[in-house]
Amino acid sequence: MLAEPTNAAFLAVLPTAAAAGSLLCETLGSLNQFVAPLLAQEVGIRLDFRTNILLGSVLGVLIVAYFVGRALRRQPESTINPALIRTFNLRVRAWWMMAAILIAGFLLDYTATVILFGLVSFWALREFITMTPTRRGDHRTLFWTFFVFTPLQYVLVRLGRGYYGLYTVMIPVYASLFIPARIAIAGDPKRFLERVAKIQAGLLICVYALSHAPALLDLPLTDSSGRPWSRGSTVAADADTKATDAKIADKTAKSTKSAPGDAPDVAAANPPAEPTGSNAGLLFYFILIVQLNDVFQYAWGTLLGKHVIAPAINASRTWEGVIGGALSTMLVGALLWWATPFQMWEAACMSLAVALMGFAGGMTMSAIKRDRGVKDYGTLVSGHAGVLDRIDSICFAAPVFFHLTRYFFTA
Amino acid sequence: MKLTAPVLAAIAKVLSGATVRWQDCQPDTCQRIYFANHTSHLDALVLWSSLPRQLRELTRPVAAKDYWSRGRLRQYIAKSFNAMLIDREEIKVHQSPVDVMIREMGTKYSLIVFPEGTRNPGEELQEFKSGLYYLSKKRPDLELLPVYIDNLNRVLPRGEFLPVPLLSCITIGPPIWLEPKETKQSFLKRAREAVLRLKEV
Repeated sequence: MLAEPTNAAFLAVLPTAAAAGSLLCETLGSLNQFVAPLLAQEVGIRLDFRTNILLGSVLGVLIVAYFVGRALRRQPESTINPALIRTFNLRVRAWWMMAAILIAGFLLDYTATVILFGLVSFWALREFITMTPTRRGDHRTLFWTFFVFTPLQYVLVRLGRGYYGLYTVMIPVYASLFIPARIAIAGDPKRFLERVAKIQAGLLICVYALSHAPALLDLPLTDSSGRPWSRGSTVAADADTKATDAKIADKTAKSTKSAPGDAPDVAAANPPAEPTGSNAGLLFYFILIVQLNDVFQYAWGTLLGKHVIAPAINASRTWEGVIGGALSTMLVGALLWWATPFQMWEAACMSLAVALMGFAGGMTMSAIKRDRGVKDYGTLVSGHAGVLDRIDSICFAAPVFFHLTRYFFTA
Repeated sequence: MKLTAPVLAAIAKVLSGATVRWQDCQPDTCQRIYFANHTSHLDALVLWSSLPRQLRELTRPVAAKDYWSRGRLRQYIAKSFNAMLIDREEIKVHQSPVDVMIREMGTKYSLIVFPEGTRNPGEELQEFKSGLYYLSKKRPDLELLPVYIDNLNRVLPRGEFLPVPLLSCITIGPPIWLEPKETKQSFLKRAREAVLRLKEV
């Protein structure tokens, strides 16, 4: 019921928001210009124009959503179910948090973004382990999980793409072997495998999977034909920049060779093009697509949903919702291709992958919640907004999006 | 002491992720006894930290002297939290813990007590020691508030010194009083059930 006007508002507002957004991003841009020389170094991750437009539009939509939610709440004779309004307002608040975290990260730098994601992971893991019963013998293992593996994973991600090999195996291999061994040493054999699996699953979903989202910031992105699209992250020291420049020069030289007509002139007249995109834009695009998919799935499920997938797991997820959601996400994802290194059809495929993984994440977390008999991770301990409820789809989609991007769209 | 207490309270809150629920009762500055289940060393600190600030200044956790006076750090923490240290080993006539508590609390302070006496080794709530009964017999005006502390034993179990930052929950329930002519046993049973009931809320 609620979701339809919301979505209508979403789409209707987009153009106006874009205008408001670009104004905002100009202000942000000029702010950046002011601050940068003051600190005599570049502050923040450099955002390109298109990313700013995307950011601005999203903020515009969120502002509208906030006021819509407020208006709905203040309307006493509203025919809409107040529970739905509350859910909507909670969602909007969660989106504000996400936008704030991302933008704060971007305004500071790569390290800040990684730290912020690390804190989200930490909190999500906290909710996950609180919900799954462990035994006394697991205490030391849990300590390792929280205070060694979680920070270590994010440190490795921060160290950048040079440590790709290590940060992709650290948790699935080394931590996963360490955990059962440590629990065995603690000497409590009761439900051993189950306890091991709980901690491993928590670490894998809340920490490992999510850490792939900030790792996007350190990919040297190209478009699918191999032209550089961004510089990689701000970690890139001068040496790195030089290397990229050299590569670009090399590529230009090659391309000019293949077009023998006016080769020398072009090389002289057109110095290698500056990469135009920013990784931060791609990260923002990814989070946006995942969230939109959640909304679309819910909306289609409410509008047309008939065939519930697994009533014992989640009574509100229907095939209609999943398919309609995936198609809508593909469409919107494709239309936002300009913020990414993808072409339009590539963006559609990436969005499809994200949509399916987001759905998988939602189902998995529902299953865990059903098993434990809790409705929301938020109600687990009242008063806390359930972080895990909000990021389950992001967790599942992040590694897949990261690897597809890394395989097809990096130098 | 004034300076470090809020800092320590904040640390305790972050570490335990404690949510506080006042169930059918409100924070108040009147003299009260909070009686809770005891599963972790953090119990007293976290419960104390989760009270509103004005109440914290008026509330003293009752703690075991043999544990909290060992080592500089523990002494310091106990002092910051304004803990009332009770000697469990040397109990004399006219110096019983209940007498000490009543004398120390005067007409100003509220107390946090753990009537199980010692930390609970298992999941079950143990039988209550009789201190709570004598306390309310000598001071029938005190409100006795049951408190159920959930999940803190996983944050810092017995015998561990490194906490794991899970989320815990503190539920404070409606006050009970000693009824006229109520026997010690039935009162203690009723008090214990009041704590257990909060587990289900």
